[in-house]
Amino acid sequence: MQLLEGKKVTKHFGGLAALQNVDFSIHQGEVVGLIGPNGAGKTTLFNLISGSLPTTAGEIRYKGKKISGLKPHQICKQGVARTFQSAKLFAGMTVFENALAASLFGTKRTISVPDAEREAMDLLAFVELSSMGEMLARDLPIASRKRLEVARALATQPDLLMFDEVMAGLNPVEVAQSMELITKIRNKGITIFMIEHVMKAIMNVCDRIVVLHHGSKIAEGTPEEIATSRTVVEVYLGE
Amino acid sequence: MDRAAVVFKKPFSLGLLLLILIVLITLPLYVPPYLVILLTTILMYIVLTVSWTIFSGPTRYISLASAAFFGVGVYTSALVGKVLPLPLVILAGSLFSFILAICVGLLTLRLRGMYFIIFTFSISELIRNFLLWWETTMTGTVGRWVVMVDHKVVYYVILVIFILALLTAYLIRRSRLGLALRSIGEQEEAATHIGINATMVKTITFAISAFFMGATGAIMATKWKYIDPRIAFDPLLSFLPVLMAIFGGTGQLYGPVFGAAIFAYLEEILTTRFPYYYMLLFGSILIIVILFLPHGIVGLVQKWWKGGLGRRNATS
Repeated sequence: MQLLEGKKVTKHFGGLAALQNVDFSIHQGEVVGLIGPNGAGKTTLFNLISGSLPTTAGEIRYKGKKISGLKPHQICKQGVARTFQSAKLFAGMTVFENALAASLFGTKRTISVPDAEREAMDLLAFVELSSMGEMLARDLPIASRKRLEVARALATQPDLLMFDEVMAGLNPVEVAQSMELITKIRNKGITIFMIEHVMKAIMNVCDRIVVLHHGSKIAEGTPEEIATSRTVVEVYLGE
Repeated sequence: MDRAAVVFKKPFSLGLLLLILIVLITLPLYVPPYLVILLTTILMYIVLTVSWTIFSGPTRYISLASAAFFGVGVYTSALVGKVLPLPLVILAGSLFSFILAICVGLLTLRLRGMYFIIFTFSISELIRNFLLWWETTMTGTVGRWVVMVDHKVVYYVILVIFILALLTAYLIRRSRLGLALRSIGEQEEAATHIGINATMVKTITFAISAFFMGATGAIMATKWKYIDPRIAFDPLLSFLPVLMAIFGGTGQLYGPVFGAAIFAYLEEILTTRFPYYYMLLFGSILIIVILFLPHGIVGLVQKWWKGGLGRRNATS
């Protein structure tokens, strides 16, 4: 089943075309990677899907319903969650409160505070941050910040989770842990769309990869197809 | 030991609150009118500061529209004071401010930082100048007489408003609305991405804070007897709540309360004792607090308190 679908998605910043007629689709249960050189429009595409930015033209549908034009909080409640390239945590709040806020506000249902608290605790345990619940988010080391952002996104009960460079700045051990976490999330039945520069991770966890270059989709396929594609090697991967 | 401290602390602070409340309620019975009037002014500043903090504290949107909401209350009181009973006059003042805040909120809460500050300040100036123009060209008068109310009644009304504002501030802090407001203040984009309708949350809270400012304006007008747009929309009333809140510290609920109380009392003392130097002294104190006490007076006291406890724990 198609979960997310974009048709001729276009975004202009003044005279600059950040995205030009990009078509894409993501199926239920898939892990899809989004790669491309810097400035290719990857984060812009995420911003259009999550509602941070309005589209210039084209249409984005989620579960068959049009979501382009909705506000971020409405899209979140439909079941789309994301993380940010530079972790945007509630820095002055505790780790627990970060997750709690997402549990309380992230879904269409009304949830009682004790239930939300239990859920937030469970998710902190899921990303292995239970012992840091009372710390302020700003005091966390980088790897834990990224994990907290994942927990916060998960707390909104998404069916589609978008990671914007969740592995940037991590050391090899932390990258391995992060890959494990992604597999665990996928096993929960959550569909994943991820921007990543760590090729090893992308090639290992993704079922399918989309390549953007100068705002256009230049390739799409399985990791093997992408790794051997002439165009992709030329513009992005290098010889 | 921690447990004992917690068990002991709650009834203790509740009892203290009750005691303060009883003192405040019975005060007009045994102190001279001057003190009651001084206390009325202090309570006015506390209500303005606490209501300002309800919105601006957690969201970090610095609003300079307090004078607008206060002034709307004052003018409502002048316009309907002769025809309506006092409680309804005050309710009308609060509601008009509430509605104005919703309009202003929907217009301006998309702005951030400096733009928001300037816009809110312009709103009160706009209303003040519009009223001045209206009064001089349309009605041919500048000021208005307000129905006088006994100073004890004014005191009790402002005391009730004070209690309600404090209670509202307390409940909002502890509620999910409070958590939403803090999330917005910390990282607004992330807050909207976890499902918080930031525009709605901000507008409603802004209006709640304006509600109490309007009520305060409506009752204070009856104390002043004569008002005009310059008195009602005095820009100082926009700046003072901000300064008082910073002075007291916005981290705790009682920060703005103590900040406003000390600040207002200090102003009274300095104007009477040092009429020529009071602005100079006042300014110096303010600069010292802003430079050296980032969490305000209450933050400093808390630090001492915690430091003291820490030392005691270390030796025991």
